This record gives sequence, structure tokens and C-alpha cells, in this order.
Amino acid sequence: MRAKRRTESPYVIKVNSARDWLWRERSPLLGSLDLELTERCNNNCIHCNINLPLADDGARQRELSPIAIKEILSEAAALGALSVRFTGGEPLLREDFADLYLHARRRGLKVLLFTNARLITPELADLFTRVPPLEKIEVTVYGLKRESYEAVSRAPGSFEEFRRGVGLLMARNLPFTVKWAILPPNRAETESFKTWAAALPAMDQPPSYSMFFHLRGRRDDWTKNRLIQSLRLKPENGAALLRGEGEAYVKEMGEFCRKFIGPPGDRLFACGAGRRVCVDAYGVLQSCLLLRHPETVYELKTGSLKEALINFFPRLREETKASNPEYLARCARCFLKGLCEQCPAISWAEHGNLDTPVDYFCQVAHAQAENLGLLRAGECAWEIENWEERIARL
Amino acid sequence: MTISPNNVYAVSDDVVAREIEGEIIIVPLVAGIADLEDELFTLNETGKAIWELLDGRRSLQEVIRQLSEEYQAEPEQIQNDVLGLVRELWRRGMIVEVKSS
Repeated sequence: MRAKRRTESPYVIKVNSARDWLWRERSPLLGSLDLELTERCNNNCIHCNINLPLADDGARQRELSPIAIKEILSEAAALGALSVRFTGGEPLLREDFADLYLHARRRGLKVLLFTNARLITPELADLFTRVPPLEKIEVTVYGLKRESYEAVSRAPGSFEEFRRGVGLLMARNLPFTVKWAILPPNRAETESFKTWAAALPAMDQPPSYSMFFHLRGRRDDWTKNRLIQSLRLKPENGAALLRGEGEAYVKEMGEFCRKFIGPPGDRLFACGAGRRVCVDAYGVLQSCLLLRHPETVYELKTGSLKEALINFFPRLREETKASNPEYLARCARCFLKGLCEQCPAISWAEHGNLDTPVDYFCQVAHAQAENLGLLRAGECAWEIENWEERIARL
Repeated sequence: MTISPNNVYAVSDDVVAREIEGEIIIVPLVAGIADLEDELFTLNETGKAIWELLDGRRSLQEVIRQLSEEYQAEPEQIQNDVLGLVRELWRRGMIVEVKSS
């Protein structure tokens, strides 16, 4: 349904592109773009599925040049994109960040910045004040005390730098939101975090949490993957924590389930992959932030965003079908698809292919479904025949 | 601020004007254009027709004359629309005066 636009003037209409429908006829080919400016990070977080060391010169040398990034931003704008998300790694590590930021803004793109805030300087905060990103900056928080924060970030001095960065944003009234990763070193601080977050001026809704951590999308480090697995909340504990968010959570999930869940059949891409695309730090175009399977990515250096959006990704979405018998017996028939995080990207990270059930996320989805009243204990969602009735009763 | 038909206006460097799928989208570049951090602007059909003629060369009088030739509307109505839009765009900092009478 099209949201009503605010027409307080007869000629000039204010719109919020996240909420209002802007287009009279068709929407542009590209709505927004994700751009990983680097995989390097000044933190070394225990749960991270992408970060490379700050001093990884090999990675730095392979990163896209500023000219290449500017060309990508210009093409995204020409295709109609209204916003770009700068993420990483830590995007502020790039010395040319301000130049890239200004290029994006001068092309009429809003900029959503994902950062740990450690590298926010007075100069950068002044730039954001003068030329606002038009999206709230999103800061991930790893602890409210030095001990907990740095037990996660494994970067001495990072807590003070984070505090200083956030302080610079606050001092200039720059709108930012905060996110939290629930991990053993900071778990006891989660309630305090909620209280702190609620007092921030730009937090118009509760903060988001990550707790069901993904393995590394490059499948490059099994020592780190084993650590990530050890940090995951038990499915029933995670589901209970979500349920503890109260009736608002239940209502939101009810609406979500009515809209988005149901058995997918053998079609693997039932999400938005390939529509909101992601350019990695080296110029490879992915169908989403997470999916790095070599047969699903597009080499941007020898092609174009437009070609990928018109030909490559639609074909990928249409033609990629599940063939793994285990997937076809479970996930393809499972009405929790959509609630469950299993997807080609997660399957790739966990198993090295696109269509294998991921037991951890299967258990998480079942625990959530039990908490919501969609399943009884011991039931398997792919065996439920009256799933539509159950969703309707939510 | 007097908006005179003899004045010439152009898009301000403080905004980025984009045409996407037939819509004019005005994106604030500097602070102070929008009330909220995530606001963009678009124009109605009348506003769009006028906007496309604010090129830093034509006076508003010429804009009005051209629109009168293209649209079957009373000249007075067209003049009111042009002056009304220009007044609002100028107030919002979206256009600048490049030549005044």
C-alpha cells in the first residue's frame, strides 16, 4: 500500500524515502547499494564473521581504489539508488573516507554508515554536521565498561575511543542509533544497555541485538568459526530472550509471520537478494551482504551494476534451485522459512554449498515458533499440514 | 525577499536535484534544508514543469511565457504557480537568485 505523502505545500512535497512510496509508475532498477569499503577492522571482535586485521597489507592493496568506488557510486546514482550503506570491516579506516562520503552525497545519495565509532574525529563529526548523511549513523556497541568492551573487541584502548566517538556525535546532536551483540563478556550489561540506548535522542525504537552469530562468509578461518559457534546463545535461551521483549515482540512477529513465512519449495532465493546488492571491498558484486559463494557473485571490474541487475541476478534468482535431498525433505517443506535464518548465504558459510539445512538456525526457528505458539514441543515444522491455520491464529 | 518576474533563478549548490523514473527528487546536501535528517523532497506535476525551466538563464517572465504556450491555463494562474513555487523553493534554500531586476 502506498503511504500518504505529506502535502503541506501545493508544489513541494516532503518525503521520507524509507516510509513513503516515491514512484508514480515504476521504481528504479536499484533502490540502494551496500558497499563494504574494507574488510579490515581496528577491532578484532570475538564473534565477527568478516574482519581482517588492521595491518593486513595484502587486503589493503586489493581494496578498490577511490576512483573505482566513485565510479560505482555514480553508476548506482544513475540507476536511481537513493542511498548507499558504507560498511566493512570498519569503513572509517579508509583514509579517503571523507572524499568518498562527499562524492556519494554530491550524487544525491543518502549515506548509512555502520561503524564502531572509534575513528570519529572532530573533523569528521563537523563534516557530518555540515553535510548530513540523511540517515542515522549506526554504531555497534560491545560493552558498557572497558573490561567487557575490550574482552569482545580484543583491542586495547578501543573502549575509550568508542566513548570519545560517541561523545563527538552527541555533542553535535548528530542522529545515531546503537546496536548490541549479546556475548558472554557483556551479557550481564544488556539491561543497562537498553536503558542507555532508550535515552539517546535518535532511538525511536528499541535497539537491535545480534545473538545468533553467523560463521565467516569467506570460509577462511575455522579457528574463528569454532569460537563463533561457542559464543552462540542456546536456541531456547535466545528465543526466551526475544519473548522477554513482551507483547510488542509478539505483535511484530505475528505481522511478520502472516506476511513472510511459508514453505519455499525448491526455490532458494525467496528473499530480496540480487535486488539490494552489495559490492565487496575488492569490486565483487554480491546478491547480499553475506553470500560470497563464487558462483553467485559478479565481477564488477569487467561488467556493470546495470548488467548485473538486469541479467545476472534475475537469472541467479530464477534458476538456482535446491537439489540436496535433505534440504528438499526439510527446508523446502518447512513453513518456518522466513523466520528461520537458513538461506543460501548461511548454508554457504556453514557447509560450503547453497542448499543444506543449518541445524543451529533450524533449532532457533523451532524455539521461536514454540514461544510464539506456532509449534508444540517436539513438532517438526516441515511435517505440519495446517500451518496456515496456525499462522492465522497468531 | 521580493520575487520579481524579471529575476533569474538556478538550482542551489546546497541541494542535489535528481530525475528518477520521471520524478524530480531534491536531496538536501547541506544542513538546514530539511526539518528532519531523512527528508527528501519531490514536486507535483506543476512544480516539476516549472522546475525544469529554472536553469539560471531564463527569467521568471520567460518561464511564465513558455509555460503559457505549452499549457492551456490562464496566464494569471501560471504566474501565481511560478511565483508560488519559486517563493517556496527560495525559502527552503533550494534555488538561488542569479540575476535580479
